[in-house]
Amino acid sequence: MGVGIAVEQLNAFYGKTQALFDINITVLANHATALIGPSGCGKSTFIRCLNRMHETVPEARVEGKVSIGDLSVYNGTSATELRRRVGMVFQKPNPFPTMSIYDNVAAGLRLNGFRNRKKLDEIVQRSLHSAALWDEVKDHLHKKSGASLSGGQQQRLCIARALAVQPEVLLMDEPCSALDPISTGKIEELIFQLKEQYTIVIVTHNMQQAARVAEFTGFFLLGKMIEFDKTEKIFTNPSDKRTEDYVTGRFG
Amino acid sequence: MRTRFQQQMEDLREKLLRMGGLAELAVDRACQAYTERDLTRCQLVLENESLINAAEREIDELAFDILATQQPAAVDLRFILAVTKINADLERVGDQAVNIAERIMDLIELPAVDLPVDIPRMATAVSAMVRRALESFVEGKAELAQAVLEMDHVVDRMRDEAFIVLVRKMNEQPQVTQQALDALLVARNLERVADHATNISEDVIFWVLGADVRHHAQAASVAPRPERREQ
Repeated sequence: MGVGIAVEQLNAFYGKTQALFDINITVLANHATALIGPSGCGKSTFIRCLNRMHETVPEARVEGKVSIGDLSVYNGTSATELRRRVGMVFQKPNPFPTMSIYDNVAAGLRLNGFRNRKKLDEIVQRSLHSAALWDEVKDHLHKKSGASLSGGQQQRLCIARALAVQPEVLLMDEPCSALDPISTGKIEELIFQLKEQYTIVIVTHNMQQAARVAEFTGFFLLGKMIEFDKTEKIFTNPSDKRTEDYVTGRFG
Repeated sequence: MRTRFQQQMEDLREKLLRMGGLAELAVDRACQAYTERDLTRCQLVLENESLINAAEREIDELAFDILATQQPAAVDLRFILAVTKINADLERVGDQAVNIAERIMDLIELPAVDLPVDIPRMATAVSAMVRRALESFVEGKAELAQAVLEMDHVVDRMRDEAFIVLVRKMNEQPQVTQQALDALLVARNLERVADHATNISEDVIFWVLGADVRHHAQAASVAPRPERREQ
C-alpha cells in the first residue's frame, strides 16, 4: 500500500543557485498528486528531492525535512533503500535496450539479490499486469528486447519495472510527454488504477492531464509552491491570481 | 498569452451583449405597448423574437467550439458556463416579452377599462432589473448582480398584490374578467422576466466569484476577489 509524504521547509540548491524555497506539502497516501508550473519552476527538482536524485547532480544540495511514510529521507536512510520504496518513471522511456522484456522487469529485483525463479516469474507477470502491458507482451517475454516495443509500451514497461520492487510511492516526471494520445490515455488510465495501491506524484506540463488523473494539484512558480489544493479547486476557482493566470494560459 | 482564445472569448462576450440588448429592447417595447395600447410595438416584439432565437444558437455554437477546442479553466471556464446559462435566460426573456405582447394585442381589441393595478410601475422595476443584470455582466461586478437579487422580492410582492386586486375585480365586475385576466398574465410574465434577471445575476456572481448563490445560498462574500496571496 502507498504511504503519505510530508515535506517541511524544503530548500534545494544547485551550487549557489536556490531552486526551491521553503516548500511545505503533505501528500496523501493512495492518491495521485499533480505538480504543474512553467518550465524551470522547480517541480522536477522537487520530485527529485523526494528520492534523493537531486543530490546526484554535482554541487546540488537539499535542506529541510522529507518523510515518506515512517522513513526520514534525509536522516540516515540509504539511497538504495529509499529508491526501493520510491519508484520513478521518467519523461523519456528508458528500458535497458539489450535486455529482454522479462529481464527489464526483473532487473531491480535481481539487483537486490532476488534469485527465486518461480517467485520472479510471478512478480514479473503481476507487474506487467499492473502496468496494463501483460496481454501485449506475454508471448514475447524472453524473445523481444525492451527497445523493440512502441514508445507507449516502453513507458508501461518502465512502470512495470518500477512496480516490480513493490514501492510505496511512484514518482512520475512528465511520463506522457513523449507519447501519442492513445498511449497517453493508457498511462492515465493506469495511473488511475495504480493509486489504489501506490501513492503517486506526477509532474506534468499537460494541465488537462493533471485535471484528469490527480485528486490534488500543486502549482509551482519560480521555485515556490504558490498553491496546493484539490484539483477541481485549482482548475475551477483557484485562490491565487498567479495560479489562475497560469491555468487559464495568461502566462507560462 | 493565448491570443486566438482571448479573441474568441471577446467575441462570445460581444455576442451575448448584443443578445442582451435585443432581450432588453423586447421587454421595454412590450412595457411601452401596454401603457400606450400600441399594436405596432407589439408586432415589433413578435418580429424581434426570431433575432433573439438566432442569437441564442450562435452563442451556444461559439461556446461549444471554445469548450471543445480550447479547454478553458478557472475564470474562463466559469465565464463560458455563465454565458451559456445567461444565453438561455435571455432567450426566455424574449419569450416572456412575446407573451406580454400577445396579451396586450388581446387587450387592445377589448374595451379599455380602469384596472386597479400599476403594471407600468412593475414594468419599470423589471426593466431596471434586466438592465442592471446586464450591466453587472458588462462590468464583471458581483456587487451590481447582488443588488439585482435583492430587487426580486419587490417584484414578487407586486405580482402577489396584482393577483389579489385583479381576482377581486373579476369577482366584483365579471364583465371585465377578460381584461383583468390579461393584466394578471402580464404581471405574471413580468415576474418571470424578473426571475430570469435574477438567474443572470446569479450566473454573474458565479463567474466573478466562483460562488454558487442559487436558491438563496449565500456567497461567502460579494466582494472583489482576493488579490495575490503570498506564501
